[in-house]
Amino acid sequence: MKTDSEIIITLSDVWKSFGTQTVLKGINLSVIDGKTTIIVGPSGQGKSLILKHILGLIKPDRGQVLFEGKDINAIQKKELNEIRTKIGVLFQNAALFDSMTVFDNVALPLREKTVASESEVREVVDEKLSLMDLRGSNDKYPAQLSGGMKKRVGLARALVLNPRIVFFDEPTTGLDVALSNEIYRFFFKTQEKLKYTAVIVSHDVPKIFKLADYVALISDGVIQDCLSPEDFQMSSNPIIKNFVEATMGTIYSSEAMEV
Amino acid sequence: MLNFVEKLGAYVLYYVNEAGRMGIFLFFSLLNIIKPPYNKIASVLKQIYVIGSLSVFVIIFTGAFTGMVLGLQGYNTLTKFGAEGLLGSAVALSLIRELGPVLSALMVTGRAGSAICAEIGIMRISEQIDALECMAIDPYKFIMAPKFIAGIISMPLLTALFDVIGIFGGYAVGVGLLGGNAGAFFSSMQSDVEFIDVYMGFVKSVCFGLLIVWLCAAKGYYVHLERKGGFGAEGVSNVTTSAVVLTSVSILVMDYFITSMLI
Repeated sequence: MKTDSEIIITLSDVWKSFGTQTVLKGINLSVIDGKTTIIVGPSGQGKSLILKHILGLIKPDRGQVLFEGKDINAIQKKELNEIRTKIGVLFQNAALFDSMTVFDNVALPLREKTVASESEVREVVDEKLSLMDLRGSNDKYPAQLSGGMKKRVGLARALVLNPRIVFFDEPTTGLDVALSNEIYRFFFKTQEKLKYTAVIVSHDVPKIFKLADYVALISDGVIQDCLSPEDFQMSSNPIIKNFVEATMGTIYSSEAMEV
Repeated sequence: MLNFVEKLGAYVLYYVNEAGRMGIFLFFSLLNIIKPPYNKIASVLKQIYVIGSLSVFVIIFTGAFTGMVLGLQGYNTLTKFGAEGLLGSAVALSLIRELGPVLSALMVTGRAGSAICAEIGIMRISEQIDALECMAIDPYKFIMAPKFIAGIISMPLLTALFDVIGIFGGYAVGVGLLGGNAGAFFSSMQSDVEFIDVYMGFVKSVCFGLLIVWLCAAKGYYVHLERKGGFGAEGVSNVTTSAVVLTSVSILVMDYFITSMLI
């Protein structure tokens, strides 16, 4: 059971429309501290939009987004920035600053948000880059990197301030199987070391389930349920059941029938 | 009929909305110039290099030819009235009061304004601006403020360069090529150009520097909110074109109003 003290983020009845199209129709979701929550669902259902609401990049038409109990749309910008310093984000396309080198990209949060000296910055950045097996890439520009390397630099930048919670927006999109596995490996490695809470938006099902403590399915603009991977695969909710069958094959549905 | 009214209403609402967000953009950009922590000198210098230094060649080139054509036209016209001795003041006043600030601003819009718009537009569509916000780094402070400072510093310097090169261009043609009197050229300039003329040129160049960075940066920043769809390379291309056109027209409109206030 989830208790209030364990919950770090709560979305409560979040609605969002663009023009005449209503994308989110009352999203309710809780993210548990220290755990990995995966948001899955078909493309175009608003998975990334949920992340943007949590990050305060988009305001909901209705409903609340609470971070440690504070409504991020009702607090002052200074307080929101304080919250954001506890957050790391790996964007879908890594969103690296293309006019900066790898080193400067990773160093940016340290230079702008801390009073660290340049030698301290260098020490921390080198540590993060070696954690990501990116030694020797300091002076390269994002355009000179492969897709997998860009994601790793993005992850290094997301982790450079040792955030309490890290968001991953489609971390393996556009990568081949080997590179996807590599990103998952780095995810395991860094989460084990830094003990951060993770929220991952992905459609890399079922592989992504291996990372999950909780899986939430968004469909028809609402979170159908948020369950452990095992319970999710055996859920009796017809929409979840259909999703599981469509993405994992009939073996899971037959297992469900046996149960 | 109802459809027409609906479209008209949507059109008006869009532009009212755009004017509002452009105003907010200007407010926050200027606020972040004066609000501590102040921008690092290095980031401002980099923008001065991008907006100012890289525009020097085009300013020298256009300044020289503008002065030369003024010398040519002025000499031939003034000769008809036997007033070729006034060529120096005619060239200098035209350049310092009007052509220097306006043509420099139009050149900088084409060269640096379009680059600012495209750069920020690409940062917007590739989520780099979102990434900055997520890192609690204010894009107004980090991206916009250095560009505004650089625009306000660079434009008067570029305009001064344009004026000087233009005056020598006029001298080269009016005196060197057409045989006008060198002494009369400079003495008429010295006696007729007053502080208010230089002041007017300076005020215009500062205002144009602000205007160029404001409109071009804001158009790029809000590329995703463009009426005709602002996504992808085409969205950035469209918004860059419209930023350059809007800024160029605004420069001419603003020129009239500043002149009418200072004349």
